[in-house]
Amino acid sequence: MDKASYEVRTNKVELLSILSLDGTVNKELMPNLSDDQLRELMRRMVFTRTWDQRAISLQRQGRLGFYAPVSGQEASMVGSEFALNKEDFVCPGYRDMPQIVWHGLPMYQAFLYSKGHQHGGEVPEDVNVLMPQIIIGAQIVQSAGVAMGLKKRGKKNVVITYTGDGGSSQGDFYEGMNFAGAFKLPVIFVVQNNGYAISTPSSKQTAAETIAQKGLAAGIKSVQVDGMDVLAMYKAVQDAAERGRNGEGATLIEAITYRFGPHSMSGDDPTKYRTKDEESEWALKDPIVRFRKYLETKNLWSEDDEKNTIEDAKQTVADQIKKAESTAKMTIPDLIDSMFETTPPHLEEQKKAYLEKEGN
Amino acid sequence: MAQMTMIEAIKDGMRVELERDENVLLFGEDVGHVGGVFRATEGLQKQFGEDRVFDTPLAESGIGGLALGLGVQGFRPIAEIQFIGFIFEAMDSICAQASRMRYRSGGKYNSPITFRTPFGGGVHAPELHTDSLEGLMMQTPGIKVVIPSNPYDAKGLLISAIRDNDPVFFMEHLKLYRSFRDEVPEGEYTVPIGKANVVREGSDVTIITYGNMVHTSLKAAEELEKQGVQAEVIDLRTLMPLDIDTIVQSVKKTNRAIVVQEAQKTSGAAAEIMAQINEKAILHLEAPVIRVTAPDTVVAFGQIEKEWLPNEKKVIAGVKEVINF
Repeated sequence: MDKASYEVRTNKVELLSILSLDGTVNKELMPNLSDDQLRELMRRMVFTRTWDQRAISLQRQGRLGFYAPVSGQEASMVGSEFALNKEDFVCPGYRDMPQIVWHGLPMYQAFLYSKGHQHGGEVPEDVNVLMPQIIIGAQIVQSAGVAMGLKKRGKKNVVITYTGDGGSSQGDFYEGMNFAGAFKLPVIFVVQNNGYAISTPSSKQTAAETIAQKGLAAGIKSVQVDGMDVLAMYKAVQDAAERGRNGEGATLIEAITYRFGPHSMSGDDPTKYRTKDEESEWALKDPIVRFRKYLETKNLWSEDDEKNTIEDAKQTVADQIKKAESTAKMTIPDLIDSMFETTPPHLEEQKKAYLEKEGN
Repeated sequence: MAQMTMIEAIKDGMRVELERDENVLLFGEDVGHVGGVFRATEGLQKQFGEDRVFDTPLAESGIGGLALGLGVQGFRPIAEIQFIGFIFEAMDSICAQASRMRYRSGGKYNSPITFRTPFGGGVHAPELHTDSLEGLMMQTPGIKVVIPSNPYDAKGLLISAIRDNDPVFFMEHLKLYRSFRDEVPEGEYTVPIGKANVVREGSDVTIITYGNMVHTSLKAAEELEKQGVQAEVIDLRTLMPLDIDTIVQSVKKTNRAIVVQEAQKTSGAAAEIMAQINEKAILHLEAPVIRVTAPDTVVAFGQIEKEWLPNEKKVIAGVKEVINF
């Protein structure tokens, strides 16, 4: 039956997927990637998984502070960042440490950030990232500002920003997308919909059919992507970036993904809100397993490659945590001096009091 | 020298800075073509173009986030929040984000943002348009709070705020926008942030105040003089950083002080000033410092606005209280 023409509605959406579970690809949609680039995508995903496992262990040993596990989301994180240029800008949410490290933030600084050391956020001059945002959605409005800045400077660069399915409920999510739409800004909004905002399932998060269609209200191009498919994530971001560089404005990408671990290492127990069945079902979509199958048929990945990458990741994490741990502790006077460009008298006075105490 | 109202002086300050530095951007709700609901930005879009002076969608958090992102890209945003009651929508952007950008980025990025907003009672504006929220801002580390009381200071302080590499919350009292004219130099000049102004000298009591209450306090001081009391009046101009040295110097001279603020009584600017006088000059006091304020209620914006606001009589009564202690 025809619906009334005055009723606003959307068509059923099918998510963009390129890599099937058995490792075959849809050739029509396959992005143009060299063998080396394909291998590099795999290397980064395997590296990120190992780094995640090591970080969880370091957190349990008390050697890291806040840590949000990323396993399961490697395709979404690695694939999306891989589609950017170094001059593009990344505005991450709290779980999106891999993207900013792959974009150039030294890993030991990520560890320092987790440990609450202010040097963690001292982003090197040529690295275009903000530190992970803690307030859900704040990065969404900020990314509109960064993108407007790039546009005003006449740069052909884009800003990518990430949040989760929970983040799509925030007012800032709508404000940021609306600003990007109204000013036609080169922003790529990625919602990594991993099914849960800590424990609250997507079904309780929104009555919208998809999060992707929320972008329609802001007048920006919106797509839903298989977030466990590194090729689909790469393609979606590459397309969005191209549109942004061409002055065609913003894109919302809803990546359907899953975190295999808890929300964070601060007491979350996923067995309280997820079933074993659900977890095994998602394990079949493991982005690394799928991509490995594909690369193996093309002889681009071997057991040795995997082993070497894991060893390299373990060694790198060990070196970088050592570097973080041997960085001199920050001090209260350092903290005081980071509040203003020129420390005002009342803070100088407070600093002096700390210095005198430390001198005692 | 030109005679300007405060709103003309504020506009002139923005014009000077837009002209001087192409990184200065001005935006907010209705600030472009219309020139702002109070015409504070009138003609600026025409002069500098839509790329520099522009309207935003109606969303304060978005305005705050936009300002922060533009700051990261090296621009110097002047973000207008149309009325002060609307800052609650932007509290995360202002108080949690802009204020800690320098800390969060280890000094790589700062937030050279001037958040301008009208506030202040006595003009029969609607609910949530006139609240004095400087106390909230003062408690936020990393943000400066400026409240001018006259056209000359308004322009000079605003230029300082725009040039400041840290976020400045710049509050413009609605009643002062057009209440009088003052001599204001053309072109650029600055009034330093963090420096109070002794607007009237006296030997018997110090009245510490800011914003529109400077004028109320000066009138009270004139009346007190007729009664033989010489009151010194300090216009703070900046609440963060607070010029405690000027306050203490005056208290050492007069040995008595009251703090006058339009805001509600508890936990605000006055409470902070009293605490600091206590820390730095208690042995110079002949009487406890008291405060003259509005009561701890929501703002009475309608029928009883006049009774609710502190006035000359209440200031005089406050002074008498510390004199007769």
